[in-house]
Amino acid sequence: MNQPTTLFEKIWSTHEVVPQSADTPAIIYVDLHLTHEVTSPQAFAELRARGLKVRRPDKILATMDHATPTRTEQVFGGMPITIDSAAKQIRQLEQNCADFGVELLGLQHDLRGIVHIIGPELGVTQPGRTIVCGDSHTSTHGAFGALAFGIGSTEVGHVLATQCLLQTKPKTFAVNVNGHLPAGVTAKDLILAIIGKVGVSGGTGHVIEYRGAAIRAMSMDERMTVCNMTIEAGARAGMIAPDDTTFEYLATTPRTPKGAAWDLAVARWRKLTTDDGAVFDKSIDIDATQLEPMITWGTNPGMVAPISGNIPDHRGDPVFDAAIRYMGLKPGEPIRNSPVNVVFIGSCTNGRLSDLRSAAHILRGHKIAKGVTMLVVPGSQAVKRAAEAEGLHEIFRAAGADWRESGCSMCLGMNGDTVPKGEYSVSTSNRNFEGRQGVGARTLLASPETAAASAIRGRVTDPRELITAQD
Amino acid sequence: MNAVKTIKSRTVVMPATNIDTDQIIPGRFLTTTVKSGLGTHLFADWRYDAAGKPLPDFILNRPEAAGCRILVAGPNIGCGSSREHAPWALQDFGFQAVVSTEIADIFRSNSLKNGLLPVIVNAATHGWLLENPGAEVLIDLESTTLRLPDGRATKFPIDAFPRYCILNGVDELGFLVSQDAAISAYENR
Repeated sequence: MNQPTTLFEKIWSTHEVVPQSADTPAIIYVDLHLTHEVTSPQAFAELRARGLKVRRPDKILATMDHATPTRTEQVFGGMPITIDSAAKQIRQLEQNCADFGVELLGLQHDLRGIVHIIGPELGVTQPGRTIVCGDSHTSTHGAFGALAFGIGSTEVGHVLATQCLLQTKPKTFAVNVNGHLPAGVTAKDLILAIIGKVGVSGGTGHVIEYRGAAIRAMSMDERMTVCNMTIEAGARAGMIAPDDTTFEYLATTPRTPKGAAWDLAVARWRKLTTDDGAVFDKSIDIDATQLEPMITWGTNPGMVAPISGNIPDHRGDPVFDAAIRYMGLKPGEPIRNSPVNVVFIGSCTNGRLSDLRSAAHILRGHKIAKGVTMLVVPGSQAVKRAAEAEGLHEIFRAAGADWRESGCSMCLGMNGDTVPKGEYSVSTSNRNFEGRQGVGARTLLASPETAAASAIRGRVTDPRELITAQD
Repeated sequence: MNAVKTIKSRTVVMPATNIDTDQIIPGRFLTTTVKSGLGTHLFADWRYDAAGKPLPDFILNRPEAAGCRILVAGPNIGCGSSREHAPWALQDFGFQAVVSTEIADIFRSNSLKNGLLPVIVNAATHGWLLENPGAEVLIDLESTTLRLPDGRATKFPIDAFPRYCILNGVDELGFLVSQDAAISAYENR
C-alpha cells in the first residue's frame, strides 16, 4: 500500500513537470492562470521585450477589478474614469489580451467581476487544479480542493511564457475545526478567530488544509471566505477537500465538463482527500462551538476580538501601542459600541450573493444611522444581477446605502473608493492594515452581518441582537 | 538583473513587526504599467505629510539613511499583498537587501526574482542589528553569511537556485524557457 498522503501532496505530485532537486526547485505546471490589470502589465512587457508568446492562452483568463471604478457612469459611459493611470492600466490590459490572444472579461462584460469571484462562478476553478494569479487572495480557490496561491508579477510572466512556476515544496498545516458554528456565527468569524489563534505569520511556509465538521457543514461561499483569508495567517494556500457540496456547486456552472465527462471528473475529484494516517507538518484544533462574532481592533487581521469582548491591553508592547494609537481606540475597553463612520460590504472575501443576502436580511426595514456612509459592492456583475433579481439592491438603497458595479472597491483604496482619513470603517474585506482603505483610514474587519448591524446602530454592534429582534 | 556577490553598507533600521506591503507601497501607487520610479512612493504614508512634504523624523528622510543599502526590519516584513511593487520600490530607493528574523513568503519570492536579497537571521543577530542602527554590515552571498562590524558572521538560508541566479545576474525565466521539452512532455502525457 502507498504511503498515506495529504490532499496537497496529491495535487503537488501530479503537477511536477520536473521534481525538486538539490540545485533546483520543482517545476510545477499551472492549470489555470487568472490575471488582472494591476499585476500583469510588467509581465506582458517582459514577454514583449524577449519576443516570447503566451504558451497556453487557453489556460488563462483575464479580467479587471482592482483599479476599476464602481460608479455605473464610469464603467458604462457618460463619465470618464476619475483616475487617469487606472484608465491607462485598463486600456493596457485590453491591448495585452488582444496582442497575446488571452480571453478578457473586460470592463463592460457581463461576466466581469473580482477575479476570485468569477473563477468559481464560471466553473474554471475546479478540484485538483493548480491555480495562480498575481494576487495574494488566490487562496480563495482552494475551497474547491485546488492548489491555489498568489504570485508576483515576475512569476505572472513565467506562467504566461511557460505555463510553469519554479516552486520549493511548502510544508503542510492542518486546521481542524471541530463541532458546529453557533447560530449567528459566520465563516468570516471563524477565519478571523483562526488568524487570531495562528497569528499573521503562523502559516508562513505552509499550505493549510481546513478540516473537520464545521468545514464540511459549510456552503461553497462560506468555504471560499475561509480559504480567502488564509494568506492573512501567512500561508499562501488554503484548501478544503472537495465533496458533494463542491460538486453540486460546480454542476451549475458553465465551464465544467458536461455529460459523461462530468461523471468522470467527479469520480476523479472524489479521490482528492487526505488519506487516513497522512501526516501534516503541524496542526491545530479549533472548537467551533465556542466561537462568536469576531471583529478586529488593530492594524492586522490577527488583532481580533470576540464582539462581546474587550480590546486587549498590552500597553508597553510597541506593536500594540502603534496599532492602538493608529486606531484611536482605548485599551481594555469593550469593542462593542466603538464608533462607525463607514460600512463596506463587498470584496473577494464577502462579496458573493449569500453575503449580500445576509446583509440585506439584517438591513431590511432599517435605515443606516445618521452620519454613516455605506457602500455595497457586489463581487461580480453576475452577483449584481442575481441580487437585483431578488430585490436586494432595493433593500440596500432604502436603508441609505450606495449600490455599485462590481470590483475590489473600498477593500484596497486604489480605484477611487476610499475611507476618509481618521474615519472608522466596519468592512467585510480582508485587510485592516494602516491606510489600506485610504490614507489614515481605520478599518475594523467583520462579517456582512456585523457590518450591516453596525451600520444601523452607527456603532459596533453584535448582529445577533438584531437577528433575534426580527426573527 | 545585476549580479550581486557582496553588499557592504550601513543599515537602516525599521523595527516595526509585520511591516506589510501596503506600508511599503500603498495601493494608490499601483496604477502603473512599469516597474521604475516607485522609490519616490516607498513607505509614502510614513514618509510624507498630507501635503506631500517629507516628515523629518522618519528614518528614510534622515541624513544617516542616505546611501544605505541594507534595511533591517522587524519580524514578518512583507506580509499581505503579493504586489511586486514592494521590492521594486525598495530597490528603486537604493536597497539591495532586507534583513529580518522572518520574511513573508510572497515578498521573499518576489525579492529573490529581482535580486533584492532577503536575509533571514537568528534572533541574537537581529537583536544586535536593531540596537545598532547604522552599523556597517557585510552580506556575502557566496558564503551566505552576514558579517557584523566586530567580525562575527552568521549564516543565512537561501535556496541554491535563486542564489545561483543572483550571483550570476541571470533570471529564472530563461531557465524555465529552456525546459520546453519537459513542459511539452508533461502536456502530452
